[in-house]
Amino acid sequence: MMSSNPVFRVTTKILFAPIIVYGLYVQFHGDFGPGGGFQAGVIIAAAFILYGLVFGMVALRKLAPPRIVALFMAIGVMIYGGVGVVSLLNGGNYLDYNALDHHDPAHGQHLGILLVELGVGVTVTSVMMVLFFAFAGYGDPKAEDDGGQG
Amino acid sequence: MTSVMINIFLVSLMVVIAVMVVRTHRLFAVIVMSGAYSLISAAMFVNLDAVDVAFTEAAVGAGISTVLLLAAMARLPAEEKPLKTNVIGPLAVVAIVGALLVTAVVDLPAFGSADAPAHTHVAPRYLAESDAKLHIPNVVTTVLASYRGFDTLGETIVIFAAGLGVLLLLAGKTKTQLPDYSKPKTARSATRPKASSSPKKTRQSSAKKKKAAKKGSSS
Repeated sequence: MMSSNPVFRVTTKILFAPIIVYGLYVQFHGDFGPGGGFQAGVIIAAAFILYGLVFGMVALRKLAPPRIVALFMAIGVMIYGGVGVVSLLNGGNYLDYNALDHHDPAHGQHLGILLVELGVGVTVTSVMMVLFFAFAGYGDPKAEDDGGQG
Repeated sequence: MTSVMINIFLVSLMVVIAVMVVRTHRLFAVIVMSGAYSLISAAMFVNLDAVDVAFTEAAVGAGISTVLLLAAMARLPAEEKPLKTNVIGPLAVVAIVGALLVTAVVDLPAFGSADAPAHTHVAPRYLAESDAKLHIPNVVTTVLASYRGFDTLGETIVIFAAGLGVLLLLAGKTKTQLPDYSKPKTARSATRPKASSSPKKTRQSSAKKKKAAKKGSSS
């Protein structure tokens, strides 16, 4: 899977960064407008998938090594679960964001929601990329050491 | 009124696409039409003022799942196998279930009615608190991440588990243990019993050598 068409290659190079910036906007603006971790994760993953479709799987593996991407799947869930553990340690219930900031519960809610959405975004991005690696790279002899191994 | 007209138009478009998906046997066309179906349903969600759902539907349904299905389709034959079984039984089941669903729809509260059960329980508190107390104008985010934080944690874990499952099935170790279908069958069965570990090792080491050679030439 790779395109030698210069239109695609140049367009991808121009669009790659703006797509990720838009994804981050959707990620962190979810409190005020439509958006959040799920949508942002998919948008950021779409940037990488576009890169992979145009420049080939080998280039994508160099840009985002599958083993590290697979690691981020778990890191996202850990961020989410970790927020719950921190609120437990602060004397609240699990995932009770009010406990994150005792002086200003509203601020605690903001912080909790931001971190939780970040966890969701990280997991969704990496899972989408892992799915793409698995489907598009399946049976590709150059993909011998994709993810999981070792 | 215009909103209802737009919805009728979009839903009839979706019905047309659904019928086309059922009647087409080329997988490529089926996948692209499912993407179009998702995009139209996203437009419908916008029309119903559910912008967050519309956003998700457009990004996930119309965008990424279309690409992932196309990537998976590259490993499949381009045409669906023709159906040989009798369709009358399944058709009857579908018709009965469809009729039951339609009768259930009659009992649903009217669209947008304020005294529907969904709007009388905790929703008023969420709506009142989110902006005034927590200073978060988008109530969807507050409900998703804070009031219903456990649900979203579960949802994230489901996505994680899905990625893990695909990884275990399709990537890494499992693949090298798969029989090599590119070789003729006789050669495969002949080499298989006596070779448990040694040929794999040589294959890997030769691949590594190749990589090393590549690196050397590129740097």
